[in-house]
Amino acid sequence: MKAIVWQGTNKVGVETVPDPTLLLPTDAIVKITSTAICGSDLHLLDGVIPSMEKGDILGHEFMGEVVEVGRDVRRLKVGDRVVVPFNISCGVCDPCRRGLFSACDNSNPNHRMAEALYGGVSGGGLFGYSHMYGGYAGGQAQYVRVPFADVGPHKIESDLRDEQVLFLTDIFPTGYQAAENCGIVPGRDVVAVFGAGPVGQFAARSAQMLGAAHVIVIDRVPERLAMAESAGCQVINYEQEDVLIALREATGGRGPDHVIDAVGMEAHGHGPGALVDTAKQRLKLSFDRITALRWALLSCAKGGTVSLPGVYGGLIDKVPMGAAFAKGLTFRMGQTHTHRHIAPLLSRIEAGEIDPSFVITHRASLDDAPELYKTFRDKQGGCIKVVLNPWA
Amino acid sequence: MSKDRPTPPPETSPPTTEPQTDAAGQLPALERSVMGSVGMALMGAGLRSARPLQKIVLGSVGAGLAAMAATGRNPLATALKIRQTPQGEVLVSDAVTIGKPADDLYRVWRDLAGLPRLMTHLKAVEVLDERRSHWTVEAPTGTVSWEAALTADEPGRRIAWAALPGAAVENHGEVLFRPAPGDRGTEVAVRLAYRPPGGSAGAIAARLFGEEPAQQLRDDLMRFKREQELGFAPTTEGQSSARAGGQA
Ligand SMILES: [Zn+2]
Ligand SMILES: [Zn+2]
Repeated sequence: MKAIVWQGTNKVGVETVPDPTLLLPTDAIVKITSTAICGSDLHLLDGVIPSMEKGDILGHEFMGEVVEVGRDVRRLKVGDRVVVPFNISCGVCDPCRRGLFSACDNSNPNHRMAEALYGGVSGGGLFGYSHMYGGYAGGQAQYVRVPFADVGPHKIESDLRDEQVLFLTDIFPTGYQAAENCGIVPGRDVVAVFGAGPVGQFAARSAQMLGAAHVIVIDRVPERLAMAESAGCQVINYEQEDVLIALREATGGRGPDHVIDAVGMEAHGHGPGALVDTAKQRLKLSFDRITALRWALLSCAKGGTVSLPGVYGGLIDKVPMGAAFAKGLTFRMGQTHTHRHIAPLLSRIEAGEIDPSFVITHRASLDDAPELYKTFRDKQGGCIKVVLNPWA
Repeated sequence: MSKDRPTPPPETSPPTTEPQTDAAGQLPALERSVMGSVGMALMGAGLRSARPLQKIVLGSVGAGLAAMAATGRNPLATALKIRQTPQGEVLVSDAVTIGKPADDLYRVWRDLAGLPRLMTHLKAVEVLDERRSHWTVEAPTGTVSWEAALTADEPGRRIAWAALPGAAVENHGEVLFRPAPGDRGTEVAVRLAYRPPGGSAGAIAARLFGEEPAQQLRDDLMRFKREQELGFAPTTEGQSSARAGGQA
């Protein structure tokens, strides 16, 4: 089959690889009908996530049709149309039973790698996202092996198009969880979202769905700001305005009640802090650049929440903890517990509350994907979200 | 280990005195931060490396440097996280929470002959009588075996054993089964103590060459948890990739 393969830092290619097979009786094989490139795939392209190996199949946002099931699979059958969460969860461990699906104890075969870096615990496995996260082959391909097939995949039984439900696999729940983590008081709270990429867009719209009185989105890319503005958000271009002053002005001097950092470790940013971050990241002394996080802590209102859906990988320094302490902020963060959001968000799509396909700017075949990784990374051609058809 | 073994290991944690470092052993702050950074970088490089040995060595040295930076202590044994009792035994312990009742888990461990399925470096345990058993372990130098005796057997709570005098590797250990708070099942805690051939230098060498008992124990406990909770181990072995043969 055809697949997008990691070939090294800044090298992604299309290769022919063997079709996946069932490895365990709880597996299923899914023929992929739509897949997407995620912002966090760019961290892999940039080589800042450790433990990628040449030849790894990428991709963690995908959906398709079940074509084979293992003998212990009960809920799924051949022919089912499914969306598949990007994180892999066993469904029976304590974190899974508490709905903390991304923190699954049992789904990462390479738990010892993550344990070495993260204080003796590992999160669950992820599709196509490094060996530290399990080394599972990803879904930017024509077929994929789905482990724990009774736990992750969610059947789509209505006639919604792929493009309307594909993002239930990651960016929609990720943006939604970021907003949900804020504990928004409807009609009262102001929410600021740093980063108007795909996750930022969904975070902003989710904050609106959850009743935020006002949503402010901060970025520097005009097309992204325009997309947020079209949803009724106030926008701030940080290249044209001083972010902290603009946010104070927009909130009567209080600051936003909740701040979502939808940028994560690849924050662009200016100033000496950002330069130090970039240099350290290049030298592999630090995985993270944190301009957006600094702004988030500095701008957030007293007693507010800082919600972090953006990926952080390693150690960070020069964090304004004094500001966070002085204002009594709450931090909420973590990988998305995708499984628990799919059904409620699917209902919202079916009810016409939101059509997630608004975020798509590029549609292409797998053959075009290597080029589009770069287009997306460099934010060229208004690129916000790329959807790939593996059979085109 | 004192001469009059076997005696039951203490109910509470055995003495886990870390090697003490005096004030002169403290590293200057700058050195510590450099070491911390280099340690993290090496850990990253180790994780990125495709070659398993390099992965382990770089990873361990990196973790060692990071640990040195974190603790400000210099001794190599501390940096490599080798814990020793005042009697010079190497101490290895870890714990895992498993969503099953203590009685079930106790029964699996109490079947001593079945222990090699739980602990992969254990080659065989032959039950000789009520108390005594014969253990064979895979070591880098070949197989090592000894006789051991149960020193405690409290159904659903605790199993302890010790090698009988004259064993090639003096050792003793215990497994505790404690109900976890809430509905989380059982905490299984394992403590092993042994006198490494070649003393602490031997332990350091073993650690650097990847024969790392603490990691082995951790892996064994995670494998046990997964067998109990899932009935199988998750795997990517044999999956599709663009590497030679297309395998993982
Ligand atoms: Zn993603
Ligand atoms: Zn789980």
